[in-house]
Amino acid sequence: MKPPQFDYHAPGSIEEAVTLLGSYGGDAKVLAGGQSLIPVLNFRLARPGVLIDINRIGALSFIREADGGVAIGATTRQRMIEGSDIVGRRAPLLADATRLIGHLPIRTRGTIGGSLSHADPAAEDPAVVTALDATMVALSKRGERRVPASGFFRSLLTTALEPDELLVRIEFPPTPAGTGTAFVEISRRHGDFALAGVAAQVTLAGDRASEVRLAACGAGPGPIRLAAAEKIVRDGGASAASIEAAAAAAAAGVEPTSDVHASAAYRRDLVRAMTRRALERAVARAAGGTR
Amino acid sequence: MREITGYVGKPLLRREDRRLLHGEGQFVGDIVLPKMVHCAFVRSQVPHARIKGVDFAAARRAPGFVTALSGRDIRNVVTPIAGMQVSIPKGWRDRFHYHIDVPAQQILADDKVNYVGEAYAVVVAEDRYKAEDAAELVEPDFEVLEPVVDVDRALKPGSPVLHAEVGSNVISVMSTKKGDGAAALARAKHRIKRRYYHHRYAAMPMECRAVVADYDIRTDSLTVWSSTQVVHWIRKEIGSILGMPEERVRVIAPDVGGGFGGKGHVYPEDVLVPYLARTLRRPIKYVEDRFEHLVNSAHARDNFHDLEIGFDDDGKIVCIVDDFVIDSGAYSPVGATCAANSIAHLLGPYDIQNYEAKGTLVATNKTSNAPYRGAGRPEAAFAMERAIDIAANSIGLDPILMRLRNMVPPERLPFSVGLPYRDGVPITYDSGDYPQALRRAVEELGGLENFRRRQAEGLAAGRYLGIGVGCYVEGTGVGPFEGASVRLDPSGKIMVAVGANNHGQGHETVFAQVAADVWNVPIDQVVVTTADTAAVPMGYGTIASRSTVTAGSAVVHASAKVKDKVLAIAANMLETPTADLEFRDGAVGVKGVPDLKVTLKEIWWASRPGWDHKRPPDMEAGLEANHYYEPPTVTWSYATNAAIVELDPDTGRVTVEKFVAVHDAGILVNPLLADGQVRGGLVQGIGAALYEEIAYDENGQILMGTLADYLLPTADDTPPITVIHQEIPSPSNPLGVKGLGEGGAIAPPCAITNAVSDALRPFKAEFNATPVRWEQVRKVFAEAGVSTPRGRG
Ligand SMILES: Cc1cc2nc3c(=O)[nH]c(=O)nc-3n(C[C@H](O)[C@H](O)[C@H](O)COP(=O)(O)OP(=O)(O)OC[C@H]3O[C@@H](n4cnc5c(N)ncnc54)[C@H](O)[C@@H]3O)c2cc1C
Repeated sequence: MKPPQFDYHAPGSIEEAVTLLGSYGGDAKVLAGGQSLIPVLNFRLARPGVLIDINRIGALSFIREADGGVAIGATTRQRMIEGSDIVGRRAPLLADATRLIGHLPIRTRGTIGGSLSHADPAAEDPAVVTALDATMVALSKRGERRVPASGFFRSLLTTALEPDELLVRIEFPPTPAGTGTAFVEISRRHGDFALAGVAAQVTLAGDRASEVRLAACGAGPGPIRLAAAEKIVRDGGASAASIEAAAAAAAAGVEPTSDVHASAAYRRDLVRAMTRRALERAVARAAGGTR
Repeated sequence: MREITGYVGKPLLRREDRRLLHGEGQFVGDIVLPKMVHCAFVRSQVPHARIKGVDFAAARRAPGFVTALSGRDIRNVVTPIAGMQVSIPKGWRDRFHYHIDVPAQQILADDKVNYVGEAYAVVVAEDRYKAEDAAELVEPDFEVLEPVVDVDRALKPGSPVLHAEVGSNVISVMSTKKGDGAAALARAKHRIKRRYYHHRYAAMPMECRAVVADYDIRTDSLTVWSSTQVVHWIRKEIGSILGMPEERVRVIAPDVGGGFGGKGHVYPEDVLVPYLARTLRRPIKYVEDRFEHLVNSAHARDNFHDLEIGFDDDGKIVCIVDDFVIDSGAYSPVGATCAANSIAHLLGPYDIQNYEAKGTLVATNKTSNAPYRGAGRPEAAFAMERAIDIAANSIGLDPILMRLRNMVPPERLPFSVGLPYRDGVPITYDSGDYPQALRRAVEELGGLENFRRRQAEGLAAGRYLGIGVGCYVEGTGVGPFEGASVRLDPSGKIMVAVGANNHGQGHETVFAQVAADVWNVPIDQVVVTTADTAAVPMGYGTIASRSTVTAGSAVVHASAKVKDKVLAIAANMLETPTADLEFRDGAVGVKGVPDLKVTLKEIWWASRPGWDHKRPPDMEAGLEANHYYEPPTVTWSYATNAAIVELDPDTGRVTVEKFVAVHDAGILVNPLLADGQVRGGLVQGIGAALYEEIAYDENGQILMGTLADYLLPTADDTPPITVIHQEIPSPSNPLGVKGLGEGGAIAPPCAITNAVSDALRPFKAEFNATPVRWEQVRKVFAEAGVSTPRGRG
């Protein structure tokens, strides 16, 4: 469990990092919080010739309000996001989700950019950006590229990032008034990757649900937008029956696989339960004005 | 409460804590020696293959390469460790029907690999990184063989056979009986037979195994540091396999980060690493990583019990007939021990007249199965305690009441069971109060009636609560012996060394408490050494809940020998008969005359050989003694565990609301450490019931390679636990102690499965296999069309 040999660079600026990535391309790996990459290296599942450590690039770590939403730098620690006022106000779903990631020491090192680039299908951050239609901003020597969440996750542990691209920030759209959010998941132990989890954001306008956003993790090769379930609540309102129907649609719309922790059928069943709970909680928060 | 006058009975903090909490513990991994090299083992990735060759050509060219060996290179040079590392006493052989033919594991697989993870080569390099780089380049030439992946397959005619020298996959069969099980079954009013499966999991200590060896050419001696529970066993194997006098082999276990049985026997690396040190004339280090630990260090349990219980209308158990099979994996270094333990412990605290039990050990292409905390008892208790719940429910009797009807009452102790123990001596439960333990446990959960009321009210509101108990007895302090050496130092300190191996229990503290009381000295005047073969000529080791009982007793007896001489010398110095003297506060003084005394330091100086000593005439010099305590037989600990669980219908999630253990380990030398031992065991047992599992796929591939797959319970997942100690002294040893190392881990699996099954009684669901999977619980609810009431998820 020792990594194979690699060269190591620790650039101080984004430009330097992008230049290095441009020259090494596929032979390089970016090192952010290392919470996923280091185990991969120790198991020799990846053998990059070069590691580009981006932890010293101050300009990649920030949380700021932007266009009514929020922009977050790629190396911002999950722990900072969890406690951020701005995130709490502008992207409360992200705050809900972040608390559920691993344990405190892991969130203290793990970064949002790392989680999105790694694209673990059970991870929370990919489900959140998927539900919220956030935008991933990538930079390379060829310039900046904006990738919507819907086009970012390609398959298991694979994203739209090119080998020479650095994810630099994530932009979340504004959260409308009258919105409630909830991230609900179930894991075998506290802090484990979820067996299944659902991100929900519901905006109420009177007794109508004017906007419904739902995405699942742990239920397919990547995060899954639960469009059919969203539509049921948008069309049918936030009644118990409509939520129940949405939960059934969510379960029908995912593509889980079996592993040592759970069978595909059980995960599908859990998506139903998690969807119902997430919707109930989000609706209650939207109605109560507590988000 | 007993009045506590000395150190025994005081909840002292561990002496070990200071260095451990300051990060100054010294584990094998911390040892760095000049010119040290490192090794990496090349381990099979397939479960079963014939080794046609091993090609080191590419590895030899790797940077930092030092040497590499295959099994064939050391054949006839480093011979295997005995297949079965424990001996079986005549008394047991006479009373059991048995056949044991446990194959020996090659130090490096030579002819065949028999499980994923078995080492077939070793590579030595300048550091561990380079060793792993080179190990990757080793090219095996394997002829892949059909794997034997489960016991059913292993026992079928035509199955591949792992060990040609054994001739079949059955490596051991043993059986015994009392009364007449079959006839009693035929007569029984009710009989229920089930298959109870206790799954495969492992000890999983925080510190994996590790070995450092250093050879000294001047004295032709080896010093070996191993993360082990049995330094003397390792010394014996190194001595005999490498052809060295045992005196020239020193084995030390420095700080050890847990063992739990998984480090309770000699592993091939314990012999091969010293061999390499001697061959290379360089110190060498091997630190097992977690992946290697998961695939190569011993696994445990994996038993099927086909158990039939016969009982009458009142719930009185008339007979138990059990036929069980242990999936041994490829080898079984101590495996037959677990089977013998299962047979000896199955009847638990109950008075049952007719009993038949048969255990079969079957070899499969999996990692070897060896004792882990409980060692045959958790699986026996699981089968028995589930059977009682099922039997009770079948006649509408509360399972807790059924237990009370069958328990041996305290007034019948000492109680002769009518079976031999593993040490060959007929089993006698020596002291305790089993029904009281059960009653107190249930009371601590709020009482049975209260709970049944809560359960019914919950059910009406869509909540599924269950209560479950697990009762067991445990033979502890088993022989053959343990050694202690006690010496008075010129400084006046009492130097104590024991053959027991400290791996977290707090031996340095506990044996200091015992010695301080025996000598009546302040505890700081006692220095304790554990786990060093140079400190005690013969020792056995810390396995099987035995060290406080056996090493503690050895310390008492060895001290007595030295104290006799000390007293005689003091009598000579004080010109007072020994009958008028007493040990007090680090001195020997005249009773009733506070000022008239000689200190232990003065006595040492008076005792020394040569001119001007003050020994009585004819007394030999030397204030030191060894004692090898050979317990007459075991002493019996026991406990009741009890749990309340709540199940979530939507997800099947099992939440343990409260867990209670009422445990009796006799006199507690240190209640704080005793509590820690029991709690640690309980958490491991809860892990076994709900989280921990080693699974293989249908091709014999192990599916758990990290602790993200093998789920250990963390503090967050641990329910509120109450431990109550019922301190009924043991009549069987000078300290009145019973063993408690393993007990905690024995009953949580049965208590929790019983509680889950109890919660699911409305659906008549039975959980007769561990671990309890949420998925299975959910299935019961789904089939019944039950979901969680809204707002409670
Ligand atoms: C015990 C444990 C439990 C965990 N539990 C959870 C959990 O419950 N939920 C969860 O979501 N995660 C969990 N994680 C993962 C954790 O959240 C990681 O932090 C996260 O997945 C990766 O973030 P990182 O900053 O550590 O990335 P790294 O490990 O440094 O990198 C991950 C991958 O992303 C690439 N990368 C990183 N940053 C960039 C960038 N800016 N541009 C391009 N590529 C980049 C790397 O090259 C690498 O391939 C857990 C981890 C551990 C060790």
